[in-house]
Amino acid sequence: MTDSPDNGPNDDNLPQSIDASLPLQHWRLQTDDDNIVWLHLSVADSGANVLSRPVLNELDQCLDEIEKQSARALIIASDKGSGFIAGADIREFTRFNDEQQAFEQIRKAQNIFDRLAALRCPSVAIIHGFCLGGGTELALACRYRVALDEPSTRIGLPEVRLGIHPGFGGSVRLPPLIGALAAMDMMLTGRSLSARAAAKLGLINDAAPARHLLHAARTLALTAPEPTTPSWLKRLPGHGFLRPLVAPILRRRVRARARAEHYPAPYALIDLWQRYADQPNTMMVEEARSVAHLMQGDTAQNLIRLFFLQEQLKSLGRRVNFKATRVHVIGAGAMGGDIAAWCALRGLHTTLQDQTPERVAPAIKRAFALFQKKLKQPRLVQAAMDRLLPDTPGHGLANADVVIEAIFENLEAKQKLFRDIEGRMRPDAILATNTSSIPLEQMGQNLMHPDRLVGLHFFNPVAKMQLVEVVCGHNTGTETVDRAAAFTRQIDRLPLMVRSTPGFLVNRVLMPYLLEAVTLLQEGVPADVIDAAAVKFGMPVGPIELADTVGLDVCLSVAEILAQQLGGTVPEPLRKQVQDGRFGRKSGAGFFKYDKKGPIKPKSRKDYQPPADIEDRLILRLLNEAQACLREGVVSETDLVDAGLVFGTGFAPFRGGPLHYAEHRGVDALLQTFERLRQRYGERFKPDIGWTSPSPSAPMDRQADG
Amino acid sequence: MTQRKKTYSGRPVFIVDGSRTPFLKAGGKPGPFSASDLALQAARPLLARQPFAATELDEVILGCVMPGPDEANIARVTALRLGCGDSVPAWTVQRNCASGMQAVDSAARNIADGLSDLVLAGGTESMSHAPVLLNQAMVAWLGGWYRARSFGTRVQALSQLRLGHLKPVIGLLRGLSDPLVGLSMGQTAENIAYRLDIDRTQMDTFALESHRRLAQAQDDGHLHEIETIYDTSGHCYSHDTGLRRDTEMARLAALKPVFDRKYGKVTAGNSAQVTDGAAWLLLASDKAVQTHQLTVLGRLVDSQWAGVDPAQMGFGPVHAMTPIMKRHRLKLDDVDYWEINEAFAAQVLACLAAWNSDSYCRNELGLKEAVGELDQARLNVDGGGVSIGHPVGASGARIILHLMHVLERNDAKRGMASLCIGGGQGGAVLVERGVA
Repeated sequence: MTDSPDNGPNDDNLPQSIDASLPLQHWRLQTDDDNIVWLHLSVADSGANVLSRPVLNELDQCLDEIEKQSARALIIASDKGSGFIAGADIREFTRFNDEQQAFEQIRKAQNIFDRLAALRCPSVAIIHGFCLGGGTELALACRYRVALDEPSTRIGLPEVRLGIHPGFGGSVRLPPLIGALAAMDMMLTGRSLSARAAAKLGLINDAAPARHLLHAARTLALTAPEPTTPSWLKRLPGHGFLRPLVAPILRRRVRARARAEHYPAPYALIDLWQRYADQPNTMMVEEARSVAHLMQGDTAQNLIRLFFLQEQLKSLGRRVNFKATRVHVIGAGAMGGDIAAWCALRGLHTTLQDQTPERVAPAIKRAFALFQKKLKQPRLVQAAMDRLLPDTPGHGLANADVVIEAIFENLEAKQKLFRDIEGRMRPDAILATNTSSIPLEQMGQNLMHPDRLVGLHFFNPVAKMQLVEVVCGHNTGTETVDRAAAFTRQIDRLPLMVRSTPGFLVNRVLMPYLLEAVTLLQEGVPADVIDAAAVKFGMPVGPIELADTVGLDVCLSVAEILAQQLGGTVPEPLRKQVQDGRFGRKSGAGFFKYDKKGPIKPKSRKDYQPPADIEDRLILRLLNEAQACLREGVVSETDLVDAGLVFGTGFAPFRGGPLHYAEHRGVDALLQTFERLRQRYGERFKPDIGWTSPSPSAPMDRQADG
Repeated sequence: MTQRKKTYSGRPVFIVDGSRTPFLKAGGKPGPFSASDLALQAARPLLARQPFAATELDEVILGCVMPGPDEANIARVTALRLGCGDSVPAWTVQRNCASGMQAVDSAARNIADGLSDLVLAGGTESMSHAPVLLNQAMVAWLGGWYRARSFGTRVQALSQLRLGHLKPVIGLLRGLSDPLVGLSMGQTAENIAYRLDIDRTQMDTFALESHRRLAQAQDDGHLHEIETIYDTSGHCYSHDTGLRRDTEMARLAALKPVFDRKYGKVTAGNSAQVTDGAAWLLLASDKAVQTHQLTVLGRLVDSQWAGVDPAQMGFGPVHAMTPIMKRHRLKLDDVDYWEINEAFAAQVLACLAAWNSDSYCRNELGLKEAVGELDQARLNVDGGGVSIGHPVGASGARIILHLMHVLERNDAKRGMASLCIGGGQGGAVLVERGVA
């Protein structure tokens, strides 16, 4: 029997042991013939191991037992296939009454980890799969660590992504182990490492294949070698004399990605390190104090909210058990080609059809670049290329589980295509369209089985944008929708069910925001000032640059369709740019000019005084449209509107989503601002009636439980 | 020569389908595709259009003369890359220029004998990727260098390194030379041209016609056996790139001989081109044909391998084809179409001359008299190695595949495909259209 890589270490060959008589729910304690205590974690009723309070309390009891037995060594491993430990229980973060209570709870956990670290016998953590946050901190409290050398192993401290920083001693233990710069880089970016990278850094003692993993752990436990320390060069930046010089460099690096007023956690971590890195005991207390403080802040609470919204989107993909093995994509343009490449990257056998090989060839080139970037190892790149088959005759259609149409936006062309392919598809295959503007009902008019037509609206660039709108037309079958969502999860994207109305959710809400920016431009406000206002609010890029990136021709066509269906006007400068052939980034120029590095933003005059209401004009139009979508039932609930707009547009994540932000700002205050803007700029600032009568009028019933 | 029974004496062997890459002229540096890349890209569309899954194949057999260093048992490498799965066995065959034909013959024998029902067989070669090796002196020096640990021994080792150590061994040139008689393949062609009095004008005329026929076939869309292949830098390749539509007699006549530089007649213009390419056939038993409801191009009827003097290896085809003709009591006119691989224009012409010579047929083939004059209008009707190119491992499969399409196009019945083999051999297969 071979052990599949995503299963935990195989313990078939472990010596049978004496069961300790502790009443344990989550941990299993065994002692082998060498008097090594094996502590197996498998959190009850959970797919992954998370360190909730009960789990930590049981660990505390286990440590009592281990001390009592005077064990020769301790080895900790996970019995879950998904991985070692995915982190602390984030749910608990939202339940603290105040900072003091949070502080006390964190201190309790720290004390348990301190006990583990202070054991007289050697301790080893065996890591596989996810080892994140509190899981990594638990491993750091062990004397040694070994990890399974497989791509599925990910070791990291991603706390900053939740608006906090490591709180179970991670910020205290990691810098002395691997050197301050590497440690701070891991904790400030939240990025996770492969087993090999972690071994190279010295974070773990060894990365071993499944066949040697247990042996590696036993060897460390029995021989107890001197723990490794980083070279003096790596220790140097952590020295007391140098920290005041290094800390500002770290702050500057963080500032390039996150503003202190939006994201305080990384700055708090740098402060903590700069002040206390020489005094581990004090640092431990201060770490707890800092995390407790951050946890009560808006940013952390909103980012934690997003974490759960993300989980909610993921759960939409779990309503049916559907796994595709073959995907056929028709249309090898920018979207179709990149969707196909993404599917092949995620392990699906993918066929890519277009009319001529010359149209497919550029997509294959882009796919190769993507695979190289993501997979790195030539062997894996080749395997992904081998899964992606250019298929001008369309042979793949007959075997595909999912067929994705991504040809140009023309109703007749799509209807004709569907007529041609429907009979050749497998009867149980999903027919998905990547349309962004054509109603599904019209597109599916001539289908024999319109119930299997569903929208899968990907965003550009496919490899970066997490959200996929799963578009449900009147005729789309429930099973089809659920399968489409499951497929979206299978390729590691986040599904959001939306009704087939013009612009769906994301484009519809983005458009007034982009158009308002163009209007500001028309009024003479410099483009960089407009973008700066949006970035200051927390948007990842400003609206002008975003419009250029999406493509001004695309923006114009979406804007015109929306104006036609929902009213409103399209500002003239947008039309002018497209007429002049300035399509944005892809044509080298739009509102900005572009070179290889990105936009060239001319700096506006120093003495320019921007109008005070730019931010409100941009953001309120976006909020208003989000509210309209909720009221019309484009998306079934407030949280899903927020999730869609954060993951689909990058709406300031630390604000927790547009509707959450509106609530936070206060609806009354918001309405007053609307009124002021309406008097000044006209009816486009008329607040949606949904603000005053909140209750979705036409929810999709089946999403109510989502 | 003793008469033996035909090769495929058991169950009938059906040719179901086939495909090949365009043959890409080597440009002096490694081309965009390795040998397994070529084999993969030719086979993927072929398998995609079948009603069965790649995992249902019984085996994969691939011929290749010089696989890359990462392509040991290139058949298995390709089969796994194709998604045939762990449980489909695959093996590589090597009979120099006939490796692709050997693969098809081996597959056919297994099907005839009831050992397999569904086999993917073909040949591949990336001649532009042929290895360039270190010479033996350098390898010996490196052995010493790796053993040298101390500073002193390393200095000593370095002092023994000579410029001559760096002279590379060009794998392609060695591969195209006969190690026993010390002649390049071109020189063996000079030998047989001398023996049967083929002159330079005849060779160049043949070469010109080969290009004309390929151009005509491209224009008429007769090469639909070709699958477009894609590289990683945004290019696609749909046509054989060796074709020179602008070739004319004067230009061919101006070329200098390349093998016997001073007095020779064999030039780059009347020799097969160094190319990269792959070709596959899908072979099936009647059981597999019925199970998967396959349509059939035709049958492999018989095959023959023959040995000849390595210094006259170009005569190989007549020695392989003659026993088949005898076994089936065929006269030249009984075979509708012929494919004799154009390793060299001189070599194909010498084969035709040999069959047309009483003395050659009597003395070398044990016949009573000359076989006769083969009608060139039915030989290599869409061009051959001179215009299409000759990726050594692939050509044997290509000529059988193309022959089937020629028979189908002309609603003809019987065809013979044959090639000469470096080292002094010939191989031939007899095919027929239809089910019985």
